[in-house]
Amino acid sequence: MTGGEYTGLGDWTPEALGEPGQVRPVVTAPSQVLGQAGAEVDPTDREVVRLAADLIATMRVSPGCVGLAAPQVGVGAQVFAVDVTGHPKAVTVHGTFVLCNATIVEASRTRPGREGCMSVPDLTGDVKRASRLVVAGFLPGTGAPVRLVTDGFEARALQHEIDHCSGLLFLDRVAGAHAVYQRKVYQ
Amino acid sequence: MNELAITVIGQDRPGIVADVAEVLARVGANLTDSTMTRLRGHFAMTLVCTGPTAAEAEAALAPLAEDGPLLTTVRVVGGESASTATGEPYLMAVHGADRLGIVAAVTRVLAEAGGNVTDLTTRLTGPLYVLVAEVDLPPGTADDLSRRLTEVATGLGVVVTLRRADSDLL
Repeated sequence: MTGGEYTGLGDWTPEALGEPGQVRPVVTAPSQVLGQAGAEVDPTDREVVRLAADLIATMRVSPGCVGLAAPQVGVGAQVFAVDVTGHPKAVTVHGTFVLCNATIVEASRTRPGREGCMSVPDLTGDVKRASRLVVAGFLPGTGAPVRLVTDGFEARALQHEIDHCSGLLFLDRVAGAHAVYQRKVYQ
Repeated sequence: MNELAITVIGQDRPGIVADVAEVLARVGANLTDSTMTRLRGHFAMTLVCTGPTAAEAEAALAPLAEDGPLLTTVRVVGGESASTATGEPYLMAVHGADRLGIVAAVTRVLAEAGGNVTDLTTRLTGPLYVLVAEVDLPPGTADDLSRRLTEVATGLGVVVTLRRADSDLL
């Protein structure tokens, strides 16, 4: 694992990956890969950098999508992209970023919320998540260790993506037997 | 493909779901959608399944009803029903002192506005009556409907809230 002290994202942007990224098809449940824990990766590996760029590219072409994890594009790896910029529920916003081998360091103030997922297109569910969160992980490319302190919607998005990297869907965390709903389709 | 709607209700005890699911599996019934819950000590199951004929399902369930504890019904239903929700999802909550006609009054208001109830639960605990419903509303009707619901609720002496049940795509 890469050494060094954990810091914030600094001036990291997706351009630092040096890859435009290609849009990949999104895998949906019950695909096997969504139920398996992703492997730890070497964040400096060329393939991982390419994957990071592809996750961002795929996230950007998907309307309403604020996060995408490697298993969702069929890759069993602990890599995910998040960007909650402009979301009405977001308070703290770190812009677009990708983390490798991310782990939750601190979580508190659990709040309920209804989540949908591109990999479970027909259902939504009520899920309790921490609204205060500290996450540690590594940036693709440099492998720099980062520690993010966030809250609210960005915290929810991070927990959802870290779950994907562990082979868990929101369906594994719904608040009760009547907490899964048919997704409403409306204009 | 046969599609059946089955209901089972009886005094709650451990093993009802296992018993019912087992006899249905034995006749090749594939449970698709179902909802099961305990209401005042009675276990109630409503399920839709595909596979057997109604007669086969009835015959399979019959032994469970023989001792008298479970009441079952089986009926053939049409194929894939249109679940094309085009409305906006809302959550309606009502609470207050129990009295006759709360469900009738608030759901009538919803129906008159073109709202469709997709899920509804009520609970009575002591004097407190609670109703929670998921409803699809025609776009743009929520504000007027909320005012109308408040009027009706005030008349009933209960409190009603209507809020958007949007889910976030993660």
